[in-house]
Amino acid sequence: MKAAVIVFPGSNCDRDMKIAIEQSLGSSPTMVWHGDSELPDTDLIAVPGGFSYGDYLRCGAIAGNSPIMREVVKRAASGTPILAVCNGFQIATETGMLPGALLRNANQKFICKDVHLKVSSQNNRFSGAFKVDDIVRFPVAHHDGNYFADADTVARLEDNGQIAFRYSDEDGVVSPETNINGSCNNIAGIYNDAGNILGLMPHPERLISDQLGGTDGKLFFDNLINSLN
Amino acid sequence: MTEITKEIVAEHGLSESEYEQVLSILGREPNRTELGIFSVMWSEHCSYKSSKKWLKTLPTEAPWVICGPGENAGVVDIGDGQAAIFKMESHNHPSFIEPYQGAATGVGGILRDVFTMGARPVANMNALRFGQPNHPRTRHLVSGVIAGVGGYGNCMGIPTVGGETNFHSSYDGNILVNAMTVGIADTDKIFYSAAAGIGNPVVYVGSKTGRDGIHGATMASAQFDDDSEEKRPTVQVGDPFAEKLLLEACLELMATDAIIAIQDMGAAGLTSSSFEMADKGGVGIRLDIDKVPMREEGMTPYEVMLSESQERMLMVLKPGSEEDARKIFEKWELDFAVIGQVTDTGKMVLTMNGEVVADLPVGPLADAAPEYDRPWVKTVAPARIKAGDVTPASDLGDVLLKIMGSSEVASRKWIWEQYDHMVMGDTIQRPGGDAAVVRIHGTDKALAITTDCNPRYCYADPETGGKQAIAETWRNLTATGATPLAVTDCMNFGNPERPEIMGQFVGCIDGMREACIKLDYPVVSGNVSLYNETNGTGIHPTPAIGGIGLISQSDHMATIAFKSAGETVLLVGDTSGDMGQSIYLKEIEGREEGAPPAVNLDVEKRNGDFVRDAIHNGMITACHDISDGGLAVTLSEMALASNIGADISITSDLPAHALYFAEDQARYVITTDALNAEKLLQNAQKANVPLLNIGTTGHNELKIVNTLAISIKDMRHVHANWLPDLMTVPGH
Repeated sequence: MKAAVIVFPGSNCDRDMKIAIEQSLGSSPTMVWHGDSELPDTDLIAVPGGFSYGDYLRCGAIAGNSPIMREVVKRAASGTPILAVCNGFQIATETGMLPGALLRNANQKFICKDVHLKVSSQNNRFSGAFKVDDIVRFPVAHHDGNYFADADTVARLEDNGQIAFRYSDEDGVVSPETNINGSCNNIAGIYNDAGNILGLMPHPERLISDQLGGTDGKLFFDNLINSLN
Repeated sequence: MTEITKEIVAEHGLSESEYEQVLSILGREPNRTELGIFSVMWSEHCSYKSSKKWLKTLPTEAPWVICGPGENAGVVDIGDGQAAIFKMESHNHPSFIEPYQGAATGVGGILRDVFTMGARPVANMNALRFGQPNHPRTRHLVSGVIAGVGGYGNCMGIPTVGGETNFHSSYDGNILVNAMTVGIADTDKIFYSAAAGIGNPVVYVGSKTGRDGIHGATMASAQFDDDSEEKRPTVQVGDPFAEKLLLEACLELMATDAIIAIQDMGAAGLTSSSFEMADKGGVGIRLDIDKVPMREEGMTPYEVMLSESQERMLMVLKPGSEEDARKIFEKWELDFAVIGQVTDTGKMVLTMNGEVVADLPVGPLADAAPEYDRPWVKTVAPARIKAGDVTPASDLGDVLLKIMGSSEVASRKWIWEQYDHMVMGDTIQRPGGDAAVVRIHGTDKALAITTDCNPRYCYADPETGGKQAIAETWRNLTATGATPLAVTDCMNFGNPERPEIMGQFVGCIDGMREACIKLDYPVVSGNVSLYNETNGTGIHPTPAIGGIGLISQSDHMATIAFKSAGETVLLVGDTSGDMGQSIYLKEIEGREEGAPPAVNLDVEKRNGDFVRDAIHNGMITACHDISDGGLAVTLSEMALASNIGADISITSDLPAHALYFAEDQARYVITTDALNAEKLLQNAQKANVPLLNIGTTGHNELKIVNTLAISIKDMRHVHANWLPDLMTVPGH
C-alpha cells in the first residue's frame, strides 16, 4: 500500500501526519510539494493541517485553487481515499469535494485541547476501528472549525449517514455544551456521498502513543492502513 | 541636508554628552541618517549601556555550554551531536500599545533569533505580566496578547508549551510580554554572525522593507507617558506565514555550506544586523540601499536603515553560491537580493543613487557605545513575618478555596487552550505542570522547559528574589526528572536613572549570580528591558528566568498528577512557616509585606538532587514542587490534575495556616507506593534530606486532618472559572 501527503507552503502538520502513517504502515508516505503538478500512484492521499498560504483570503481558499488540488479532486472522483484533516478539511470544502464550509469558531478564539467525539456512522475504511456511538478522543487545534452548511445539505448528510463524528462529552452526550466551536449539529467530521473522502477538524495524528497522551489516533490509522492493504 | 539641531538630537534619544562623542568619533557633524544609526545603536535596547557592567558578573560557562551570551541565542550541548539553542526576549512597550501585533512580533523575533543559528524551533514559552485584573485595560490587553502569542506560534507550527502569567497593579500602565523559543540543531551546523571574507556578497532575504517600526528600539528605551498611544505607528506588524517560509528556506540553505555568517533583522533592523556582523568580524561592509527590496517607493536611506519590518535576514555567503541560494528563496517565494559586500575598510558605507549617504567607522561606533555605572542604592530588606505574627483565619477551607480561585493561583487553561501546544507531535508534558516537556524528535531524550519569577519577592528583597527565580526554574525542571542545564534571563525593570531602580537591578543580578554558581546552571542568553515606567511609577522588578533541562530517557519523567489511590504522600524539605510575601498574606489579609522566603542554595541542591535521583530510579509516581500558595496549593494542584484526592496529617509545632500556606523553598511533594516509601525514607536519612510521610492518596477530596476538607469538584470550580469569568464581560 502506498500513501501520499500533500505539502503546501504553510502546512505544519505534514510531519505529524507522515509519522502517524509511517507508524501504522511501516513505510514512509510520499511527501508531495504543492508545486508538483502530478501525483504519484497512491492508495491514500492525506491533506494535512496547517495554515496553507497563510490562510490569507479565507482558510484553505488559495490551496483549494492550487494545481495539485485539481489532481487530488480527480483522484477522489475515481475513488482514491482522501483523509483531509483540519486545514485539509477546510481545503476540501473550498474545492467542493465536501459540502459546507468551516467558519470562525463561535467563541472567536483558537481552541487547542483534547475533545471527545461520538462515532456517528459506520465507514469501515475510516472508522472501522470503532462502532457507531463509540466515544473517541482526538485533539483539536483550530480557529475556524465551526462547520456550516445550509439546512437541506445538513439534512442530506444526516439522512445519508455522512456525519462521521460529532463533538460530545466523555459519556457520549451530544449537546450545545459539548459543541466546542458552534458547528451545525455538533459536526466534527463528514464523508462525501461515495464515502471515500473524510474531512475532519480534530487531529487523529496527534494521539498515537501513550506518551503523547492517548492511542485513539493510532487505532484510527491502524484500521485505515489495514483496510487499504 | 537638514542641519542637526539640539532638538533633533534630543528626539533621537541621545544625551548631550553622547552627541559630543558622536562628533568626536566622526570629526564632523553626522547627517540625519548617520544620527539615526547612532541613536539606535546606542539606545539602551541595543547597547545595554546601563546594564552591561552588571550582566558581565553573571556566570556564563560550563562544560556543556557551546555559546554563551553575545550571539543571537545561547547554545548548550545535549549529547549525541545535538545542541539546544534558546533565548527569551521582551516585547513590552509594543504590546502595551498594540497588544496583538506587539505580542505576535515578539514571538516572531525570538523565533528568528533561534533559527538564525541553525536550529529548528521546537517549543515556545512565555512570561506575561498584566495589571490588576479589574483595571479597565486589563481584559483588552490579556485578550490581545494571548491571541497574538498564539496567532504567531500556531501559524508557524511551533508548539507554545507553557509559560507564566501574573496580575499586579505595578503593571497597570506597563505590561510585560517576554517570549522564549527553544530550538534543536546539530552541533556541527551552528551558525554565527561574524562577517568574514573581503569581497564576499552580503545578501538580504525575507520580506520587503517598509516604513513600519521605525525607531522601535528607541521607543523601547524610553518610559511611557499619557501620549504613548501616539506611538502606535512604531509597532511592527507580523506575518507568521512569511516567517514560516523564511524558516524553511533558511534551514534548507543551512543544509548546504553556502552561509558564512547570518543575522536576523530585529530591533533596529538593517542597522543593527549589519553593524553587528561587521563589528564581530572586524570588517567593513558596503551596502547599496537601492538594492534593498522595498515595500513602497520613495523610502529614504534613513527609513530603510531604521525600519523594523519583520521576517528579514542578512547573510554573508560564500562567493559563487549566490545563484543556488537564490533558487531556494525563490522556491519559497521570498525576496533575495545581493545588497553589498564585505570590505577591509572597517567602515559601514551606505550608498543610494550612486551617492554616499552614510560613512561610519564600525569599530569606534560599537566600542564607544556608552557604558554607564549608574548610581544605585540597596533595597532595604524588610523584616521577617513569622507564623505567630499572623492571626490564623477561622476557616482554612475557605482560605484554600479563596487562594485556588485567586489571580495568582487560578488555572491558566483559558490561555493555553488558545496556543497550539501539541503540533510537531513531541509534547509529552502539556502546559499546567511544573515544566513543559518536549521530546527531542526521533530520540528517546526530552527537554524540560520552564519560565519563572516572583516579582513580589523581587520587589521586597531583590537579592533573594533573583536567587529564588533561578532556584524555582531549577526546581521545576528537577520536578519532571530533568537535569537543569542553563538559563536565559529577561530582565524587566523601571528607569535605571533612578538609584532605587538600579539598586533593584543590581540586587537581582547578585542573587541570580549566586544561585547560578551554586546550582552549576549558567546564563547563556538574555535580554534587558528598562524604562518600564508610566508617569514615573516603575514596575515590580521582574527578572523572568527561562530554564531548560535534559531528560535522558523520556520514560524517566515525573508529572504532577496523583496516579492512583492508596499511594503514600511524602513531603521533601523543611517548613519554617515564614509568611512574608506569601499568597496567604496577599489574598487573605490584603498585605504584600515582609521578607520573601529565604533561599538556601545548599539545601535546594541537596533536596533537588535527591528528588531527581528518585525519579530516575523509578521510585516516584508523581512529583510537584511547592511554590506560590504553599503546601495546600501544591496538594490541590496534584489532586486537580488527577481527580484523586488525599488524606493528609502532619504533626508539627507550627500553626496550620503556616504549615500549609507558608512558601518555604526547596520543597516538593512526591508520591510513591508503600514499598518504595520505606526505601525513600531510608535514602533520605542517609542523604540528610528532610522527608516526611504526610498521608495517602484517595477519595475525591483533599482532607487535612483537623484543618480542612474540600471536594475536588469545589476546588475545580473556583480554580477553573476565575480567568474565564474575568474575560467574559457581563452582558456581552
